[in-house]
Amino acid sequence: MPPISGCMRDAPWPEDDGMSWLDTVVQGVLLGGLYALFAAGLSLVFGIMRLVNLAHGDLIVLAAYLILVLVTALGLNPFVAALVAMPIMFAAGWALQRLVLNRTLGDDILPPLLVTFGLSIVIQNALLEGFSADSRRIYAGGIETASLAIGPVNVGVMPLLTLASAVLAIVALNQLFYRTSLGRAFRATSDDPVTAGLMGIRPNRIFAQATGVAMVVVTIAALYLGTRANFDPATGPSRLIYAFEAVIIGGLGSLWGTLAGGIIIGVAQTVGAAVNPEWQILAGHVAFLAVLLARPRGLFPRAVD
Amino acid sequence: MTLLQTRDLKAFYGDFQALFGIDLALAAGETVAIIGANGAGKTTLLRSVSGIIANAPEAVTLEGRPIGALAAPEVVALGIAMVPEGRKLFASLSVEENLLIGRYGRDVAGPWTLDSVYGLFPVLKERRNVPATALSGGQQQMVAIGRALMSNPRVLLCDEISLGLAPVVIRDIYAAFPRIRESGAAIVIVEQDIGQALRVAERVYCMMEGRVTLSGRPGELSREAIHAAYFGVHA
Repeated sequence: MPPISGCMRDAPWPEDDGMSWLDTVVQGVLLGGLYALFAAGLSLVFGIMRLVNLAHGDLIVLAAYLILVLVTALGLNPFVAALVAMPIMFAAGWALQRLVLNRTLGDDILPPLLVTFGLSIVIQNALLEGFSADSRRIYAGGIETASLAIGPVNVGVMPLLTLASAVLAIVALNQLFYRTSLGRAFRATSDDPVTAGLMGIRPNRIFAQATGVAMVVVTIAALYLGTRANFDPATGPSRLIYAFEAVIIGGLGSLWGTLAGGIIIGVAQTVGAAVNPEWQILAGHVAFLAVLLARPRGLFPRAVD
Repeated sequence: MTLLQTRDLKAFYGDFQALFGIDLALAAGETVAIIGANGAGKTTLLRSVSGIIANAPEAVTLEGRPIGALAAPEVVALGIAMVPEGRKLFASLSVEENLLIGRYGRDVAGPWTLDSVYGLFPVLKERRNVPATALSGGQQQMVAIGRALMSNPRVLLCDEISLGLAPVVIRDIYAAFPRIRESGAAIVIVEQDIGQALRVAERVYCMMEGRVTLSGRPGELSREAIHAAYFGVHA
């Protein structure tokens, strides 16, 4: 039987249909892990202080440059560099909240938006000044190209680590939230800052610690952002939109929802790209809108707002 | 010995003056009730003492130490805990977590622990893992009182704990007060329910329009005098 070559271009992978779709979905789930890492810090900060941080994507890029500097200047392994960067970013987040963002919080939602929007511009331009517009990459010594055969599907070691880190980060954040005194204080402050004050909680300090924790997650996200692909000072905002979408379709304030949201966008993007490479980005946004149409409050909204 | 004192305490909401110089004293271990109609300034008074509203430093003193200008978390740390009006439980926290957070700012040894609060209100132990706001109004009030007790306060401020509750439930809650008093805490009870206030308190202050209009021991105050101080009319 002669090969029907005319049809091959229309259908994706007609030679092995089922397996390729499985592969596509697996890659999408792994990509979702990266988006969940982008989004977890955003979700945390929004959940506790109702602050929408428009500079979140730029803070990820800033952390990526910090890791890059540690790798190139000190010759550290990127994973070790990320560990070193975590306390630095925690301190930076703590100071940012104490010195700047706490002053913007109040009944009016506009000041935090304006200030973080401005912060986004400041970070981008400072990075541009310091590192030029050249795109950079963190080299992880060959692990980027390593892959594992899991059943019928080949998966990259880095994407696998990314998803595993996202799950671990969310497990750890949930433990912090639901098993510790600090976590109780986070939730109480989120519910009612005035009454939290009557319990001896100082909301401004709680917010500073929350932003510090969010910056630790940002550092993990930065490690995988920087080793996976090139980045430059203007990369942040395009990452921010996926993070926002993941947070919103997951349900505001729910960390597991954020992971689910990240995975939905990741799968939609890889499936869209498999059908037609031009549809990758669009498919993610369409999936976002479709979930919002079906579940306007997201998949796992918290019981109380 | 005077534990807590206010001297010429004035409070404002913007241009609106809510308190016009309140002088009040509370001895260690004493139970005092503050009664008055809506808008008399009772809640404002408690909010001033607890640090939600900032005042002149000398307007409120604890054992002579000026605390009027301190913020709420600093006031709690000194041993003044508040049961706020409307209970204000944390909706994201379970019953037990609401109790635990009561000692966040003042974790000191004393008579009140999770166990002794559950001993005071046994129904809470059965429902310890339920979201606090899923309880009935009376049980929520028990959580709010227990939460304040968890800091082992020297002064317990109770704002309108009978508000919106059935009389039988109010009786149950007030039945806990002798044991709270035995633990050594001085208690300030703000009430609109005059009968309840007179039964539980050793001394009563009556407020009207931001001023103290009457004070004394319940047995020494005539109904007419309370009426006049409460409503501002001479019956």
